[in-house]
Amino acid sequence: MAFASIFVPNFSLQAVVRAESALCERALALIEGNPPLCSVIAINEKAAQMGIGIAMTKTDAEQFAGAEIRPRSLAQEKTAHAALLDIGWSVSPRIEDTAQDAIVLDLSGLTSLFGAEKEIGAHLIERSAACGLRVNVAIASNIDTALIAARGFVGITVIPPGEEAQPLSRLPVGALSPSIETAETLSRWGVVTCGDFAKLPILELSERLGQEGVRLHALARGASARSIAIAEPAHFFEEEMELDDAVEELDPLSFLLGRLLDQLCARLAARSLGAAAIRVRFELEPSFENGVDIREAFPAEKRPGVYAKEIQLPVSARDSKMLLKLLRLRLQLNPPGAPIQKIMLAAEAARPRATQGGLFLPSFPDPEKLELTIARIAQVVGEENIGSPSLTDTYRPGDFQMRRFLTPREAAKADGGSGVCQKTTKHADAQAMTSFRVFRPAVPAKLDLHAGCPTRVAFQGLRGEVIAASGPWRTSGDWWREDPWQQDEWDLEIHFQAAPEQRDRFSSADLRSNSGIYRFYYDSLRRGWFVRGVYD
Amino acid sequence: MSSKTSALRLQVESSLAARVASPFQYRDQPIVEMALTGVAPIDLLTGGLPRGSLTEIYGPPCSGRASLLVSALASRTAASEVCALVDAHDAFDPNSAEAAGVRLQQLLWVRCRNVDQALRATDLLIQGGGFGMIALDLGDTPARLVRYVPLQVWFRFRRAVEHTPTIFLVIEQESNAKTCASLVLSLHSQETRWAQTSERAESGGEILLPHSPGCLLDGWKIHAETIRSSAKQKERRLFTLDEIFADARGDSIDFETAVMWGGIRKR
Repeated sequence: MAFASIFVPNFSLQAVVRAESALCERALALIEGNPPLCSVIAINEKAAQMGIGIAMTKTDAEQFAGAEIRPRSLAQEKTAHAALLDIGWSVSPRIEDTAQDAIVLDLSGLTSLFGAEKEIGAHLIERSAACGLRVNVAIASNIDTALIAARGFVGITVIPPGEEAQPLSRLPVGALSPSIETAETLSRWGVVTCGDFAKLPILELSERLGQEGVRLHALARGASARSIAIAEPAHFFEEEMELDDAVEELDPLSFLLGRLLDQLCARLAARSLGAAAIRVRFELEPSFENGVDIREAFPAEKRPGVYAKEIQLPVSARDSKMLLKLLRLRLQLNPPGAPIQKIMLAAEAARPRATQGGLFLPSFPDPEKLELTIARIAQVVGEENIGSPSLTDTYRPGDFQMRRFLTPREAAKADGGSGVCQKTTKHADAQAMTSFRVFRPAVPAKLDLHAGCPTRVAFQGLRGEVIAASGPWRTSGDWWREDPWQQDEWDLEIHFQAAPEQRDRFSSADLRSNSGIYRFYYDSLRRGWFVRGVYD
Repeated sequence: MSSKTSALRLQVESSLAARVASPFQYRDQPIVEMALTGVAPIDLLTGGLPRGSLTEIYGPPCSGRASLLVSALASRTAASEVCALVDAHDAFDPNSAEAAGVRLQQLLWVRCRNVDQALRATDLLIQGGGFGMIALDLGDTPARLVRYVPLQVWFRFRRAVEHTPTIFLVIEQESNAKTCASLVLSLHSQETRWAQTSERAESGGEILLPHSPGCLLDGWKIHAETIRSSAKQKERRLFTLDEIFADARGDSIDFETAVMWGGIRKR
């Protein structure tokens, strides 16, 4: 049985660098605390070379030209820790969430999948780099040895079973994480390394340091044995970023969203999952009028200052570029309306789609490309004006609703079908069915009646004589609702007398055809005549 | 080949080099695949709608344009293809379309307010690809507005659908795409059929046809004429005797429409 430990050195710093990859090339110092008592809590190598030290005040650190000073971000650390867990779950189903900056994996049965232990270690480092983290990996036969080795050695460390004591002996005794009193005691004794500590007699050690001494002695020898505490796999994928300066423009916002999406998609890819929906949430900059925050005027639950949007995807996807394009189009359609101070992105995880095209089936639009196309068209015509029409269960004339458009394969899968469409052929000698063109909204009209039958009509500047009439056909319904209808419909063949300059939408454009068949109706409730449409 | 002919050929090739590569090289005309419209007389006249090409159907209102469009949509959706309809004036009627056999769940309907929106939406759909048929319905748009659409727009659409299996169908009041269209069809309505009409009554020189109870619109006769067709038929098939002796005169044909409450009529 082997265990691997992944340790993220300088975790707080790496969490910030993960969000701003350009910082890894520069001297960086993290500060924490309430002003004016901010002090440096973490630095990278370049900052150390410049002379910045831990516990230095913010003012002193800012004296160093070229150094980047950033506040510690708990939000970034949370997402970095979630990314670390995803890396672990991408390799092994049994992992222990040991600390904010370290996890342990059970490698039982993984050699056949990933190869030898060194290859597993290389695989973990590669996946961590893809998620924006530089880690140390140590593999040993017991958990604590792996943890200590990962904290103590850089890169990949593989400790064969039975040889734990030798590599651990080189590490300082502080790697065992003793209590402050024990550390002072060991320092007075002159015990510097784990090797020195392991040579001490255990009986006398237990008399001087108690159970802690015995425990630390076992750790130093690499002889501790404990079970792994399995962590439940998380099913939420969230990334967030707090901004020092609020962002107003779409282009810089897109840049930040793209970075967050890259991290999110990398985590999804590590777990072999896709995103079925993306939720974006912005905390907006407060707006002041006369020195007063206008949000104070609203109750807490309705207070403005938060922009939330959800994008449902027809198929699960993890292409960050495509998701960014979709987000941009939605934001252009519905902008936040205020500068953004904090960005939060969450993905609803789902299994990625697995489809196999048929040789004899017609091709369908690619779902991801189709979603982008529909989003672009929605920008032009409006979201409510694109989709599939669906008839409603009513006799109300012209009633329908617009539904989200899905390719037949996706629609069938959503209904629980196999995704294969039933192909039918139209009858060889099929006739053309008379179709109808609707006027939206219905056009008001004036009619002359003779013995209850229309004889002359006038609408939209056109006048005509009725050549043939069919009706009235009464239709009514929904009398129990607030919007009932009652209409008397007529199909009228009309011969127009329109002047040439009036020949537009409602008149024939050709001299050879000056007539048409229209559907008129008398609305008994509104007491007026209207033209519903024309047969064409 | 004589020296004079060679010199002449060289001269023609050099003068056309900037525009046409190898002008004397034989190029096999690609056979265009045709798809049925679902209206037998139209399929007999034109062979169907060409894939990867622009087809124009024009005519005045009440000339059967929408009926032919809906039949084509029904035919394509019945073949499990996904279709898109760009409706420039939001005139599409889902009720009559479903009655005609269109599978509405396979139809992407884009409801526009003007020609500009319609052209932009059409461009995006063609660039997206994957549709069996994309129809641009400018039937209610005044002809004077559609004339302002530059020819390069139609050329761009034609080039975008080339070498794709997509049928691009444009419905208008008059033809505008000129040579960009591979198939141009003109429609005109003729006589209208009414069921159970009463006798005509003449009064003062005007012909007044009073309605009678139970009078129903039964459809009308449409005259279709092929103005331009540059597509070849991919397959030859046997025609029935009815089709051979159909009322087809050269490049035109007459056919009748039926209404949904009349049922399917067999000739």
